[in-house]
Amino acid sequence: MQWETVIGLEIHAQLATDSKIFSSSSTQFGSAPNTQANAVDLGMPGVLPVLNREAVNMAVKFALATNARIGKRNVFARKNYFYPDLPKGYQISQMALPIVGEGEVEIELEDDVKKTVGITRAHLEEDAGKSVHDLFHGQTGVDLNRAGTPLLEIVSEPDMRSAKEAVAYARKIHSLVRYIEICDGNMQEGSFRCDANVSVRVSGSEKLGTRAEIKNLNSFRFLERAINFEVERQIDIIEGGGEVVQETRLYDADRDETRSMRSKEEANDYRYFPDPDLLPVEIEDSLIEALRGQLPELPDQRCARFISEHKLPAYDAGVLTADKATADYFEAVLKQSGAPAKIVSSWVTGELFSRLNKDGLELTASPVDEHRFSGLLARIHDNTISGKIGKDILDKMWASEDEADHIIDKEGLRQISDSSELEKMIDDVIAANPSQLAEYRGGKEKLLSYFVGQVMKASRGKANPGQLNQLLKDKLKG
Amino acid sequence: MHDKTIARIRHGLASGEFSSREICEHLLSRIDQLNPSCNAFISVSSELALQHADDADKRRAAGADSPLLGVPIAHKDIFCTNGVRTSCGSRMLENFVPPYNATVVDKLSQAGVVCLGKTNMDEFAMGSSNENSYFGNVVNPWGSNRVPGGSSGGSAAAVAARMVPGCTGTDTGGSIRQPASFCGITGIKPTYGRVSRYGMIAFASSLDQGGPMAATAEDCALLLQEMAGFDEKDSTSIDRPVDDYCGSLNDALDGLKVGLPKQYFTEGLDNNIAASLQASIAELEKMGASFVEVDLPNQHLSVPAYYVVAPAECSSNLSRFDGVRYGYRCDNPADLEDLYKRSRGEGFGREVKRRILIGTYVLSAGYFDAYYLKAQKIRNLISEDFTSAFKEVDMILGPTTPTPAFKIGENSADPVSMYLNDIYTIPANLAGLPGISVPCGLVDDLPVGMQLVGNYFTEARLLNVAHRFQQVTDWHLKSPAK
Amino acid sequence: MAVDEDTVRAMAHLARVQIDPDRVAGYATEMSNVLALAEQMEEVDTSDVEPMAHPTHAVQRLRDDVVLEGNEREQFQEIAPETNDGYYLVPQVIE
Repeated sequence: MQWETVIGLEIHAQLATDSKIFSSSSTQFGSAPNTQANAVDLGMPGVLPVLNREAVNMAVKFALATNARIGKRNVFARKNYFYPDLPKGYQISQMALPIVGEGEVEIELEDDVKKTVGITRAHLEEDAGKSVHDLFHGQTGVDLNRAGTPLLEIVSEPDMRSAKEAVAYARKIHSLVRYIEICDGNMQEGSFRCDANVSVRVSGSEKLGTRAEIKNLNSFRFLERAINFEVERQIDIIEGGGEVVQETRLYDADRDETRSMRSKEEANDYRYFPDPDLLPVEIEDSLIEALRGQLPELPDQRCARFISEHKLPAYDAGVLTADKATADYFEAVLKQSGAPAKIVSSWVTGELFSRLNKDGLELTASPVDEHRFSGLLARIHDNTISGKIGKDILDKMWASEDEADHIIDKEGLRQISDSSELEKMIDDVIAANPSQLAEYRGGKEKLLSYFVGQVMKASRGKANPGQLNQLLKDKLKG
Repeated sequence: MHDKTIARIRHGLASGEFSSREICEHLLSRIDQLNPSCNAFISVSSELALQHADDADKRRAAGADSPLLGVPIAHKDIFCTNGVRTSCGSRMLENFVPPYNATVVDKLSQAGVVCLGKTNMDEFAMGSSNENSYFGNVVNPWGSNRVPGGSSGGSAAAVAARMVPGCTGTDTGGSIRQPASFCGITGIKPTYGRVSRYGMIAFASSLDQGGPMAATAEDCALLLQEMAGFDEKDSTSIDRPVDDYCGSLNDALDGLKVGLPKQYFTEGLDNNIAASLQASIAELEKMGASFVEVDLPNQHLSVPAYYVVAPAECSSNLSRFDGVRYGYRCDNPADLEDLYKRSRGEGFGREVKRRILIGTYVLSAGYFDAYYLKAQKIRNLISEDFTSAFKEVDMILGPTTPTPAFKIGENSADPVSMYLNDIYTIPANLAGLPGISVPCGLVDDLPVGMQLVGNYFTEARLLNVAHRFQQVTDWHLKSPAK
Repeated sequence: MAVDEDTVRAMAHLARVQIDPDRVAGYATEMSNVLALAEQMEEVDTSDVEPMAHPTHAVQRLRDDVVLEGNEREQFQEIAPETNDGYYLVPQVIE
């Protein structure tokens, strides 16, 4: 039997405000427990929430970035349930009237195939605190620093048909929220969290199968693996004559499996109702226009421009524009270095990224900024140095504050493009290798690279490779 | 000494006739003497009060003045007071000492008041008789077998017994006006959003409103002047200037148009109260007011709607009392669920639990539309009734309560009969309108009140009419106090 | 709607309040009476009426995104039933 997978994602993006959504406590990550929880965050008696303007603005920016309907009159509601990290016994969220309505994003699949994924809604809500289960014997510790951090919960339509599509969608949202600077996207710190609703059905069927909601997917890799595992599990159940149970499941990365969360099994009745402490939020058209004016060029537009304006291949353009910082870095280097786009692209996505990866750094924390990187590429572009020497210089720049020019001068790394100097080196090498010369002239042309290598070695890598090749071929012919 | 109004005390303090310490000491000894039988106070903070009185006296000697400098008052124990126990009448908060002040407490402190203590109340403000306090019921100073009303029963009794000249109260369905009526004092519930709710422990957030309780309308004006105002910590607080309540007290009543809802003067109302109201109407007519009948056709659905909306909000508001961060925690909880259930089961009294259960029910899946949503629609209709009426009249006059203070225990067996006591006061809460109760007679030696309900933000006019009424009557001066 | 004892227990569980077993019947009666009172609302057709959640017609005011509070842990935990190392403690929660 042919099975079709149906996936919808719920993404919780922590909004990058300084203070909490309903209180003036800091949202900073990693502080000592309960040092960033004020009376409102603790749910003390009599205290009241006041909404953070920036959280509203950020949600509206998201709506604009996804061509979504804006809830011009949106309402906060209480979701009632008891849990130690939920101080008031209810979470302030949005239910019937969210701030962001239907929208969509385009994702790119393999072979340049594009697909539109619908966004059902996105709503503002407050985050809960954290329960710590392994620090105290027989007891759970509660840290409410995170309680009240603003979240935008982004709910997709069940439009995805494979784990790969789900990952592409999640990456797209991740890219967007970082582009418009409403979320830092840090998945390790929980700033960007995914839950996946997964079901399977017989191909061609219209009816959705029973879904399981998978939680705790804090990386794109886990998202993909968890969905794949879950799909297999559900197909096995159905093919074995069983029925999939609607439930919440937790992904266990160590065992690479999902398992039922029994503690959440009890059917909950959240008793949503409009929060009487908060009034309806009205979004004025003037605010929408002002925020539209603040939006940066979005990844799709920027990617298209990179292709048309910089003549980059679609793949390069996609990689460079997935992240705003990368695209900004690329364009700064392109402008300052004067090097061709293709060269800048390959140096940014190749040499720069591999070094960042190795050191586990974000581009924004790169030891070599766009200015110094431009200085290096300018020297490669004007043939002062070869690409190979350029890589060595980049290593030296990585470990120092030096400009490329300074290193080139100090270490005498200027490329040798003087023909007479090169010819002398070539002559010396040919003279020292009579047998290889004879073989070459006898037809073994592969030996050209041997001679190139020898001259390069003699020049300590500084010979201009193009020039060397030409001169060497002429000389070897005799 | 104890019979002095706030206006009189201000004058005495300003002229040097007596000091704040003298008046406070006098009242504190009176509280010592009367409170054991009356139980109007949950906490008396003598030491702190005298310290503040001395500060006030020193500041005055140094030339400082603020509107209520050195004036003794008491706060209903629902307002959070930094460093002073705030129990809300509940075992749940028996030992709760908040590290912050309610905005109302801050504002009155800035105006210079000296707080003598915290007054008794129905637990979490749920009740109409003060029989639901964990700290025991309050006895009405007008009769030892009578309730003082509720939920601000302690505040009303304390003023009636002249233990303190003025108190703060809160009113969710009549909790200022009904006890004011039962105890023969004046109390005003302002427009929703006029007085900050920050630090005032929530019962039903869309209905709760703080206000003053005192012997006279003038004293209420003096207190409200300081309590009212925009507060950026309360999203439902209204950003609009506060009227000059004291300055307009003596305005003429010529041309005042008052509506008499035909639904208010029917068989449910005690005949003697109706007679008192007729006499009051005659007094107001003499001063130039005219009266017309108005129709509030959905009035009778106020109590049904209220007893859905208020429990729904309370069931959610009281979820924070879970024994985790503050308040009562049960002994030796077996697990988390046990911690929650026993802390809340043991920490809350019966009426609170009853309302939590009802509120949980009307919000739960399958019943939400039939009860909660329906009640919100009825609420709209009741509000529209007032909107129509205020196109014709400036204010509405009626009884505050259907009967004088009932006997202790009389209604405690049947919640519904207790709830029906609030029939005249609840509509103003549902609509968010200001209402004032003014003493207007004695029935069987018990005081009864006249209620005036105005349009939004007409507190000044309500206080003005009440004050002018009190210039020609003396019901507000009658006191059971010896 | 008459409330039966199972409903009382279900609501008590949802609201996490322990109810004395011999009080369940009493609560059922009282809840039924209050709901009967509420059902008087049914006499009015409200199909065209907007629900009213707030007595005011104002809209939500917004706060500037500014951090005003620092560490207040000590004063808040002084009044807490049980804390350790800055954490609030509850009986072990099994995930």
